[in-house]
Amino acid sequence: MNLDIVIGIIQIILIATTPLVFAGIGELVTEKTGVLNLGVEGMMLVGAVTAFVTLVITGSYFLAFLVSILSGALMSGLFAYLVLILMSNQVATGLALTIFGIGLSSMIGKQYIGTPIKGFNPYFFVVLSFVIVFLVHYFFYKTKLGLIFRAVGESHHSSHALGYSVIKIRLLGILFGGSMCGLAGSYMSICYAPMWQENMIAGRGWIALALVVFATWKPRRILVGAYIFGGVSILQMNLQAWGVNFPGQFFNMAPYLATMIVLVIISSNRLRIRLSAPASLTIPFFKGR
Amino acid sequence: MFNFLPELKVRENPSSIMNFSVPVVAVFLTIVTGSLIFAMMGFDPIFALHTFFISPISNTYGISELLVKATPLALIAVGLSFCFKNNLYNIGAEGQLTMGAVIGGGIGIYFHDTQGFWVLPLMICGGAIGGALWGMIPAFLKIKFNTNEILTSLMLVYIALLILDYLVVGPWKDPNGFSFPKTRKFGDSGRMPLLFSGLRVHFGIIITLIGIFASWFIFSKTMLGYQLKVTGFSPVASRYAGFSQDKLVYIAFIIAGAFAGIAGLGEVSGPIGLLYRDISPNYGFTAIIVAFLGRLHPIGIIFASLIIALTYLGAEDAQLFMQIPAAVGFVFQGLVLFYLLGAELLVNYKIVLRKRV
Repeated sequence: MNLDIVIGIIQIILIATTPLVFAGIGELVTEKTGVLNLGVEGMMLVGAVTAFVTLVITGSYFLAFLVSILSGALMSGLFAYLVLILMSNQVATGLALTIFGIGLSSMIGKQYIGTPIKGFNPYFFVVLSFVIVFLVHYFFYKTKLGLIFRAVGESHHSSHALGYSVIKIRLLGILFGGSMCGLAGSYMSICYAPMWQENMIAGRGWIALALVVFATWKPRRILVGAYIFGGVSILQMNLQAWGVNFPGQFFNMAPYLATMIVLVIISSNRLRIRLSAPASLTIPFFKGR
Repeated sequence: MFNFLPELKVRENPSSIMNFSVPVVAVFLTIVTGSLIFAMMGFDPIFALHTFFISPISNTYGISELLVKATPLALIAVGLSFCFKNNLYNIGAEGQLTMGAVIGGGIGIYFHDTQGFWVLPLMICGGAIGGALWGMIPAFLKIKFNTNEILTSLMLVYIALLILDYLVVGPWKDPNGFSFPKTRKFGDSGRMPLLFSGLRVHFGIIITLIGIFASWFIFSKTMLGYQLKVTGFSPVASRYAGFSQDKLVYIAFIIAGAFAGIAGLGEVSGPIGLLYRDISPNYGFTAIIVAFLGRLHPIGIIFASLIIALTYLGAEDAQLFMQIPAAVGFVFQGLVLFYLLGAELLVNYKIVLRKRV
């Protein structure tokens, strides 16, 4: 194996993993505030299609990425209204968001299937994804607001008693998650593919959800996990190209299996789960109780 | 100024009138929103709604198709109600469905050239066992290692889909199938009998009705159902009464898994007749909507399954006659769940109107 091939593989892994990092870090921030949003896949799809359509109409990459971030935030805002104000069940609402997003993105993008565009340089976003992960880490562990965010995810009643607005902080966490998922989607349709196709996120949203657990809700581990997951899937494709006859499906199972193993390890010990998962995850907050 | 944050008070008892009317309101609001979306897209809303909700079921073939779609949805949803009533968030029915189809379908492939009345019952048992075993994994992990069943059951969906994918492109691929990713067909003994010639509605609907009746019976007439209900309302009371929590978790997941597995087998031995990648158009996830829309009640689930089945059919007709992608059905499914979950607030809380000073 010569150097060119190695560099080529590293490039492919960087390009393929970046959307997982964006979606994963976004969902991590949401979950840190105590909210589980299973709508990642749907928000990514809507981000992907709105960015693509904006690019085709206006020709502006900047506007395309901006619109994807806003549409991701809008989708998550809908989720936030339901789970925070109307106190709906987070699991069911998140699933509804994904189902809604699959349908909505297909309807918006119908006329744009097969429209050719010029792809955007992915390396800008590769770098940006690292920057955002380290900024999130800094935010959570070095700033006061970050500490408040974490406190809201651990114990919303204590945070409320201390005078912090649980609803506002959760809203910010959810909106950040939605924006990042929208951005991850636009990366898929404008940098990675570059094209629009129904259901083009192809399960990456679910992998991003697994990633947050795999990273045990620690921002920097999102990078580690994403590159392991991304690397495995690229390795799988290359093994087949090199003629190794091992069923690729078992490689593709790796993220899900690894996540389950991590979940078993951290959950089996009370202290370890307390140190890893936000204690208020999926529990709605109601002042009157 | 508008007040987006209504003042809320917890109801002492959940309102039963609201409990009944919330799904009706949700469906109504979905139809209103849907017609607005159609109008925005430049369609006559009346024509669009007619195409979507009326014309698909205006003949016997259409009604048979509605029942074909409602058959798996209702069965899975009834199974899920055992988990949801017990506050167990099993969202992995799609995986349990897939493993039921794999095990039951595997039996069908093995006996593809065997005649016998016992082939189909054996496959159905295989479907139930496959789904139940897959459903037991999150239950086992929850009990032994305290893992969150939401995440494990979800991960298992994708593992199951990859197992199916491996089998249909690998060891179980049809030797005469021109390397298409599908298995050989089941024999005639491995197919669900059709109820009427020329229509696709099959014996699976009888199984679904039996499943619905059985769940009603368990919930209202047996000690087990009582224990499940008590645990759902108050885990503390349930522990105090000495009900084995671990046993209840296992039972809920096994029933949900077995029902989903049978539904999966019903699909492959009913309309499909073999195994391939896309055996289910998201039935396992959509059934979650059905379960909530039906208020986790057997009769409610029957109505809900018919309504949600109609979104599949309506979407197909919309694609055919209005050139809208069939995925529009998912928009309706998402909307109905949004409205339902949002309006559910009214069941447990009272809105207090304040005078603004």
